[in-house]
Amino acid sequence: MRLRPIPAVKPRSLEEALRYLEEGGRPLAGGTDLLVAIRKGQEKPELLVYVGELPELRILREGPEGLEIGAALTHAELLVHPATERFPILRAVLRTIGSPAIRAMGTLGGNLVTASPAGDSLVALSLLEARVRLVGPRGERELPIPEFLVGPRKTALERGELVRSVFLPYPEGHPRSFFRKVGRRRALIIAVASLGALVWVRDGRVERARLALGSVAPTVLRPRDVEEALVGRPLAPEAWEDLVPVLSAATQPISDLRATAEYRRKVAGRLLLALAEALQAGP
Amino acid sequence: MRLKFRLNGRPVEVEVPPGRRLLDLLREDLGLIGTKEGCGEGECGACTVLVDGKPRLSCLTLALQVEGKDVLTVEGLAQGGKLHPLQEALVETAGVQCGFCTPGFLMAAYALLLENPNPTREEVRAWLSGNLCRCTGYEQIVDAVLLAARRLREEKGAES
Ligand SMILES: Cc1cc2nc3c(=O)[nH]c(=O)nc-3n(C[C@H](O)[C@H](O)[C@H](O)COP(=O)(O)OP(=O)(O)OC[C@H]3O[C@@H](n4cnc5c(N)ncnc54)[C@H](O)[C@@H]3O)c2cc1C
Ligand code: FES
Ligand code: FES
Repeated sequence: MRLRPIPAVKPRSLEEALRYLEEGGRPLAGGTDLLVAIRKGQEKPELLVYVGELPELRILREGPEGLEIGAALTHAELLVHPATERFPILRAVLRTIGSPAIRAMGTLGGNLVTASPAGDSLVALSLLEARVRLVGPRGERELPIPEFLVGPRKTALERGELVRSVFLPYPEGHPRSFFRKVGRRRALIIAVASLGALVWVRDGRVERARLALGSVAPTVLRPRDVEEALVGRPLAPEAWEDLVPVLSAATQPISDLRATAEYRRKVAGRLLLALAEALQAGP
Repeated sequence: MRLKFRLNGRPVEVEVPPGRRLLDLLREDLGLIGTKEGCGEGECGACTVLVDGKPRLSCLTLALQVEGKDVLTVEGLAQGGKLHPLQEALVETAGVQCGFCTPGFLMAAYALLLENPNPTREEVRAWLSGNLCRCTGYEQIVDAVLLAARRLREEKGAES
């Protein structure tokens, strides 16, 4: 099926872009989600507003407290920029997205706004307790990730609003990072389940842990009870076994073409032990 | 819109709906049919081109996204009637059978060598993971990329 040309505009400034959005335009950045959805007939926007090159959305600013990442920066750009070196978890996640072309096209803002349960960047943004900066007709506002992601493919973005940037606070100290995604095809894998973690280790034990699971719930999941139960545990899978069912129980997976809910639950539990093994193996 | 960009090194100016796919612009409006459409949904890589030196899927790119950019298609690889070393190597290793996927692989591999002139086999495999081939089983294609990379490095070494 041919994609009939949809009316599309390339505004020269943020104000111009916001005007188009107020009239009902739909933001387009890399197009790797939206153009696919249009082709499949899942989306029928009347006007595409290309925001991928707006300078306001392409900033990368290192401040005293954290890093501000413009929504229109691509995964590939973020992977090589020195400013993201302080966020190994972000890089670990972005490296697994799609193929080189998808990474060169797809943006952080697009991944965030698509809000797929399998959106990989969401795992890193959730672990880093990122804040989403929005700009719209009534000015700017900032939302923490859990408030921004309200459900599967649903965000708190209002009509006329754009994601301008994402703010990543520098984590305290030097947590160890872990990310593993289980999927069905090596390339272009859409996760069946994924687990990311930041773990602060002291004297061979977990001092503090943040975990985030992808693809096993309507949106990215922070299993707080498991995070708390990990405190003080040695870095050994045997010492974590009792938490596997706790983690599996925290998930609310769906069954779909890629995997059954039961399988997803199991994989999530297994990933917890993979994390323990990785920590035990050393940095 | 009146769209200006560079195509295979030459400036181009065309009248085109801004929401037209780059793939259709190349194939239908500009007659460059080397770039292929497989899936049209980002899954197969047959439509890969380079935009400002980076790989892009032309089936998921709109005309307005290449305004002012440098686009390279498979037609731009051969220079002065001579095949690009990647093209030669693909022929030698029998990395081409039906040939449908070839332009996409060539452009993806070209982008890889721009970034990393000395990739390992594993790096080549990982980089080409977004390109599908129904015929060859991939190993010949990986061989070709490694062979071309070596020749390009030798050429460069000989020049300097
Ligand atoms: C073959 C293939 C493989 C993929 N693999 C992965 C993968 O492994 N992991 C993964 O997580 N994703 C994957 N994706 C999905 C996609 O590439 C990513 O989600 C990408 O980051 C989307 O970004 P984009 O810029 O292309 O978004 P677009 O398609 O341009 O936009 C996506 C959505 O976000 C909105 N939007 C974009 N920018 C803004 C903004 N600044 N403000 C407000 N709204 C905005 C759009 O209106 C649209 O609703 C894959 C896609 C394909 C086609
Ligand atoms: S035709 Fe573009 S990726 Fe398949
Ligand atoms: S040679 Fe036929 S698809 Fe690759």
